[in-house]
Amino acid sequence: MSAPFDLTDDSVVVIIGTGAGGGVLANELAQKGISVVALEAGGRHLPQDYINDEWPSFGQLAWTDMRTTSGSWQVAKDFPNLPAWIVKAVGGSTVHWAGASLRIQEHEFRTKTEYGNIDGANLLDWPITLADLEPYYEKAENKLGVTRTNGIEGLPGNNNFKVMKAGADKMGYKNCHTGRMAINSAPRDGRAACQQLGFCFQGCKMGAKWSSAYVDIPQGEATGNLEVREHAHVLKIEHDNNGQVSGVLYADKDGNQHLQKCRVACVAGNSIESPRLLLNSASSMFPDGLANSSGMVGKNYMRHMTGSVYGIFENPVHMYRGTTMAGIITDESVNNPDRGFVGGYEMETVSIGPAFTAAFLNPGAWGREFAASMDSYTNMAGMWLVGEDMPQESNGITLSDEKDQHGMPAANVHFDDHPNDVAMRNHAYKQGMALYDSVGATQTLPTPPYPSTHNLGTNRMSAKPSDGVVNKHGQSHDIKNLFVSDGSQFTTGAAENPTLTIVSLAIRQADYIAEQMSSKGL
Amino acid sequence: MESIIHLEKSVSRSPSELMKLSRRQLLKRSLAVCGGYALGGSFLAASDAAWAMELKALSPESMATLIQMARDIYPHDSFGDALYAAAVKGHDDTAAGDAEFKQMIEEGIALLNNNAMQAGNSSYVDTGWESDRVALLKGIEDSTFFSTLRGGLVVGLYNQPAVWEKLGYEGSSFEKGGYLTRGFDDINWL
Repeated sequence: MSAPFDLTDDSVVVIIGTGAGGGVLANELAQKGISVVALEAGGRHLPQDYINDEWPSFGQLAWTDMRTTSGSWQVAKDFPNLPAWIVKAVGGSTVHWAGASLRIQEHEFRTKTEYGNIDGANLLDWPITLADLEPYYEKAENKLGVTRTNGIEGLPGNNNFKVMKAGADKMGYKNCHTGRMAINSAPRDGRAACQQLGFCFQGCKMGAKWSSAYVDIPQGEATGNLEVREHAHVLKIEHDNNGQVSGVLYADKDGNQHLQKCRVACVAGNSIESPRLLLNSASSMFPDGLANSSGMVGKNYMRHMTGSVYGIFENPVHMYRGTTMAGIITDESVNNPDRGFVGGYEMETVSIGPAFTAAFLNPGAWGREFAASMDSYTNMAGMWLVGEDMPQESNGITLSDEKDQHGMPAANVHFDDHPNDVAMRNHAYKQGMALYDSVGATQTLPTPPYPSTHNLGTNRMSAKPSDGVVNKHGQSHDIKNLFVSDGSQFTTGAAENPTLTIVSLAIRQADYIAEQMSSKGL
Repeated sequence: MESIIHLEKSVSRSPSELMKLSRRQLLKRSLAVCGGYALGGSFLAASDAAWAMELKALSPESMATLIQMARDIYPHDSFGDALYAAAVKGHDDTAAGDAEFKQMIEEGIALLNNNAMQAGNSSYVDTGWESDRVALLKGIEDSTFFSTLRGGLVVGLYNQPAVWEKLGYEGSSFEKGGYLTRGFDDINWL
């Protein structure tokens, strides 16, 4: 059979979401000759559609359906209905990601063993090791065209990077470079080279940055084995009397509901939507939601320890010129408990335009101090601090009293910082401010976390069914033809930007699903 | 965003007529408030007639207060009033279609003016020093009125291309070939 597929065709694999997990999985399976229907809640926007203007781009791409928040995290106060800044479109958040492509470190796969018992943290070792994932990291780096791998040159450093590098040298940091980026430093794989547009977060109009929207999805469609249905918002996963997934119910753009039958279903809607969908799919057989015998669906939500430091200087920087994540310092990503916390963090340049700076620099602030910072916009350099946060069982996604546009309970995102997260953030602020001070900053601004971009852990992988939702292949412990294919399978968060790992897991999962389908295990 | 800046050309009166009208009610600060309904609504003009704004629901005095509040919340001395006027104009549009919203704005302004009178000034706008006006704003900081105004300004003020220009931001770059040959790595002071 080739695409398009009939609603009653129960031989297809249905993938919910088309981002780093779902989009890659869809292509990988299609390449193997497997029939795939990918259901995407958003529309299709391609490089020619992307907008070099922050708020209009946000309107075009962001997931702004109703969500609620609770907990003591500052995002709940600053952005009560925007817990996360992620994309609702074909390609998911690979449309707006910065492109940082880092492997998780060996010790970060076994934090329970490495860090020991941390009060209030629900640490667990991954059921896989770095060695298990290395062959897939290699494939992912080649697919994405990651700089500083596969003989691909690093990107040139922009002004924001040069400030970071000068400070890194003064601070004695040894590992500072322009990053491992899924952004072409030279034309490759049919994609152009980066022209330093400065709008990585708004979708790369050059197509120089890898995105499943314009790489994996069209590749998969070209095989004839992949059908992508846009504006198909999944409401519920249905199962048969044997407790196996039988179909996926979705609403189309007019709100009409359809049931797509399937052989296998893969959930890849991000760590907020994926557990919400499993919880919303509760039935008399599974009253606590699908795949939830452990009670871990929606729990252990991680968002990375984040924060930013902006430095203001006597002279211009123009941080917005060129790639958003233009460089990295990895020295602080080690686990060195002498610093007062376990785990580590990366320091990565970041820049946002004046429109977003006004919204995110110090939410709620007003008056002359704030305005003076804005007046110094062109003399500003910026870095984002991103590190491992502690999984806590009480942090998570539950069903809200609020409903979405389809009448389904919205996600409530609850988060409290763990003391380890706070200690790490304070250390990171101090180091970031000292770095800018070392190159002559006249002001440094420790900026609170933005709405979450790295959403992880809410359907975590575990060796034992009682500890988590899925096994080492992302397959539900409870329902064998139900998979989780996004960052929600992360057992712990590690310090690194998660996309490369999500892609690697998707490539690995595709091999497993294909093998299981051919051996009739599925 | 520019569409909400009603520059002089969008007002069907000549600058001289505008100036005549403006003398009927003149605030002590830079804004001139013009009453009357000759245009189907009232309007507010800069005292130098550099710009004017038609109003649908709010009084010229109310709009002048919102503009002063906008400047005091995010004070940029190099920004003309037109940028602040553009940033708060949307509240007049909202008030025109939402009586409850209009009442919230008017009551907020009344409270602010009342507090100004308690402090010995005739109104918020007539309070001379920024620090004294900021103290009045601090007094209503937790109100829906204040948070609506401040929250609206984050986008309303800072999302204007004219403001970006003031701040030295060069914006959209794709159509110019990016920043690759336009200074992405031109820093020379490190």
